[in-house]
Amino acid sequence: MSSASNSATTAAGGKTADKVFKGVAYACGILILVTLAAVALFLLFRAWPLIGGDQAQNVAAIESFTGNKAHNFWQFVGPLMFGTVLVAASALIVSFFISVGIALFISHYAPKRLATALSYVIDLLAAIPSVIYGLWGGIVLVPAVYPFWNWVATYFGWIPIFAGPAANPPRTVATVALVLAVMILPIITSLSRDIFLQTPRLQEEAALALGATRWEMIKLAVLPFGRSGMVSASMLGLGRALGETMAVLMILSPGLTYSAHLLQASKNQTIAANIASQYPEANALGVSILIGTGLVLFLITFLVNFIARKIVEKASV
Amino acid sequence: MLMVRSEFQLLIARNQAVTAAIIRYEGMRIMRKSMLVRSMAVVSGLAMMAALAACGDNNASSDSTASTDTTEKISGEFSGAGASSQKSAVEAWIAGYQGNNPDAKISYNPSGSGAGVASFLTGAVAWAGSDASLSDDEVSQSKSVCASDATAFEVPVYISPIAIVFNLDGISGKDKHLNLDGETIAKIFDGKITKWNDDAIKSQNSDVDLPDTDITVVHRSDKSGTTKNFLKYVKDVAADAWSYDVGENWPNEVGQGASGTDGVINTVSQADGTIGYADASKAGDLGTIAVKVGEEYVPYSAEAAAKVVDASPLDDTATGDNRIVVKLDHNTTASGAYPVVLVSYDVVCPAYKDAATAKFVKSWLTYVTSEEGQQVAADNAGSAPLSDTMRSKVNESIAAIKTE
Amino acid sequence: MSTVEQSPMDKAPVIDFDKFKPSRSHTAARKRKDFAMGLLIGLAFIVALIPLISLLWTTISNGMKRLNLNFLSYNMSGVIGGKPTPSGGYGGILHAIIGTLEITLGAMVISVPIGLMCAVYLVEYSNRSGLAKSVSLLVDVMSGIPSIVAGLFAFSMFTIIAGPGTINGFEGSVALSLLMIPTVVKSSEEMLKVVPNDLREASYALGVTKQRTITKIVLRTALPGIVSGVILAIARVIGETAPLLMTAGYIATTNMNLFSGQMTTLPVYAYQQYSTLSVTCPASAGPSCVTSIPMERAWAAALMLILIVLLLNLIGRIVAKVFAVKTER
Repeated sequence: MSSASNSATTAAGGKTADKVFKGVAYACGILILVTLAAVALFLLFRAWPLIGGDQAQNVAAIESFTGNKAHNFWQFVGPLMFGTVLVAASALIVSFFISVGIALFISHYAPKRLATALSYVIDLLAAIPSVIYGLWGGIVLVPAVYPFWNWVATYFGWIPIFAGPAANPPRTVATVALVLAVMILPIITSLSRDIFLQTPRLQEEAALALGATRWEMIKLAVLPFGRSGMVSASMLGLGRALGETMAVLMILSPGLTYSAHLLQASKNQTIAANIASQYPEANALGVSILIGTGLVLFLITFLVNFIARKIVEKASV
Repeated sequence: MLMVRSEFQLLIARNQAVTAAIIRYEGMRIMRKSMLVRSMAVVSGLAMMAALAACGDNNASSDSTASTDTTEKISGEFSGAGASSQKSAVEAWIAGYQGNNPDAKISYNPSGSGAGVASFLTGAVAWAGSDASLSDDEVSQSKSVCASDATAFEVPVYISPIAIVFNLDGISGKDKHLNLDGETIAKIFDGKITKWNDDAIKSQNSDVDLPDTDITVVHRSDKSGTTKNFLKYVKDVAADAWSYDVGENWPNEVGQGASGTDGVINTVSQADGTIGYADASKAGDLGTIAVKVGEEYVPYSAEAAAKVVDASPLDDTATGDNRIVVKLDHNTTASGAYPVVLVSYDVVCPAYKDAATAKFVKSWLTYVTSEEGQQVAADNAGSAPLSDTMRSKVNESIAAIKTE
Repeated sequence: MSTVEQSPMDKAPVIDFDKFKPSRSHTAARKRKDFAMGLLIGLAFIVALIPLISLLWTTISNGMKRLNLNFLSYNMSGVIGGKPTPSGGYGGILHAIIGTLEITLGAMVISVPIGLMCAVYLVEYSNRSGLAKSVSLLVDVMSGIPSIVAGLFAFSMFTIIAGPGTINGFEGSVALSLLMIPTVVKSSEEMLKVVPNDLREASYALGVTKQRTITKIVLRTALPGIVSGVILAIARVIGETAPLLMTAGYIATTNMNLFSGQMTTLPVYAYQQYSTLSVTCPASAGPSCVTSIPMERAWAAALMLILIVLLLNLIGRIVAKVFAVKTER
């Protein structure tokens, strides 16, 4: 790229190169728009048999996917959407408090040297591929976490989402949420940390000068300042959790219901994991249906990310 | 990349002098040349790696007793697709077949029975593996891919017992069995019996001290021929206790699902009190159920599975030339027969548009169904070898493949 | 003193300042709360460390068993069940490493020029126009595309353009580049933004054209940051599994051709071995046949993958650091 202009020695040549370069830069900018549009269009095109095709065949294909449990596209994609949102939301709830805690620890508690080291450790979490999280979750975490879920089901079973009996082995939404929480933790942590570090020094010092303890200073100065940042960080984390495939595929025991019993197995499935598991054995029409569900997932994540960015934009103005 | 943002900002100081930039600019011109040299080194390094890569192949194992057949060697690239249950057997067959025909390159895509037959019907693969026999519709469709208006046929190549595996602290283990009859099995898998010390289980296992553990049923969450064959057994022996239709999907909401044979085994072995069904070759260290046949309880074994196939008639509703479809008799009372069995077929054409493919398919099927091929599968996939009577029938069908 | 005059102040409510004086117990309670929150915040970190340590420990301890030279120099062709191969190993990941490198390189070749030029457009040419704003927003949104949707996109595109059933390594590259472009754009944009304006102005003052200013001055100055950003972006996509499952496929032999035939990558290999779980050993095989070999291979491949990703991260940081020192002087 950078060596393209060596021959441009004359002024006229320089001008042409200038124009070409500008054109290329503009084209690449526009290419982003085109690519996103192409993603939507290609998916829509391949999913078209679902809308414009023979509906009787669609019904047959969906029935064969689900073993007669769903008879049209919305009955099929509805529970999947519910499962996707349920898994991602539970992961976010687990991850949010821990992430904010770590971000505060790095920004306001740990000494500088330690804080840098800790940031690296958190980045390390982000660097580990999802398939390895899946391996670890499916082999190590699932048997290890059962006593804990059983304890939760015994003592907190009166809360509907924790209704027992806890499935054993716990290939459940709860376990998947734990793994996803670890996976989205680095995103939320690093974004919140960046925001917390930008808290006006004067406000912090004013709070401390008035005799506030460190926690009171954080409550008075840091958290209100970082609120929108934390919200958008969580939205981005949510976006990541919504689209996660491998960890869900390798841990969750799938089902197609609207149940929110986190500790029971075979209740929910996410769109992404469903695509990955059904895809290898699907025929042409089946693939169309799966791509249709992929389109739904695309729209959901698009919306979540869009909202997150809008919040950031508003906050930064 | 958001996390590296603050680092980036450190990278370049904002108040950089113009002179420094110009000096840098000159310096960069010199550096660029060395970068070019370096990148060339990288490229050539990659090219060397590429040359090495071809050596990655493991030589085909020579320990298989290569039969000294005098038939001409097959060469070329051929592919099949279909049932994932056959996967480990097909891997062993490919290795054995290539031992005899070193120039043949064969691949098998374990995409599932339905997908395999579908791609066979488009002509994309030479043969398909299927856990189910062809439907009449599929037979008539096959005219378009097979040459000279012939219709496809299937022959059994892989007979494997389906083990009902369980994991129960202190009771389960390698080669340990619990005795159950069909009706009890049906009730367990329908969620009607929920404790291991239920009277129905106790009465059949008087010598075992059964604990008060909850039963967790583990079934396949994906479409599967194993599920279909297991459900057929349950429906045949305990129609009263099993109200669901037979299909490739698990019909009820009991227990938890797991993807693939290995997913079921993995899930069963991860918790106390689980029970599931899976291809017997993967049962490993789990306990298995001895199923009631007649008046005795029979644990799974390759021989016991072969017995029930021999005791079963051929399906005479399968219309079409050369087809061999076993109609499993799950209610058999033959002594020592294990009735929960998966019979998997290879689907082929009697005539191919391409002569090389026809030759390959014929020699492939001959090898697969031969005594040697069946023994290779038994060793590596724990399947039951075809009996001699079955083999002679299969050979008649194979002989019908036209290679001219 | 109070009997002589009646000041208006007397009518004012009497404020009991003592009420607001921090009592000893109140101060103690505040201190306790401060301590408790500090403890909770410290605890959050430890909670996050547990899975990390557990994960790394299991991967390393399980992976070390099979990660040896033989494992790295052979592919999976001719490997039957748990039997050892003629070379004394149990199959390997050479084909997967080559596939991963080629597919990632392909993704890099597509996404680096596009991403870099897009960043150039955003920083140097956009003039805060409406188009630039929407491009910037959509880059952000694009970075949130689920990887499986990227896979579906590449699959659909190749099905429509190259015919149904097309599976090759390049298709995987296209899917990965969709995930890589936004990260490249974001990191390059940050880098270009911090290049001081003085440099640009000095260059224009000397009569250098805009194109030459950008390529010779701006990009050059920002180069180390851009390179490290690209390396980190690669580290990100090299572990992607889901899109490659449907686009690049899975085979046992080494495929050197990116544009034709299936290609195995490391993450897909690890996943496929995990789904195989165990193999059957014939009774005659003896102790050299290992039943649990697929899981051992999966862990070894996972360890290799972690090593590659960490190495890339390290290189990215070193590039950033080494060059940063030079530019600061």
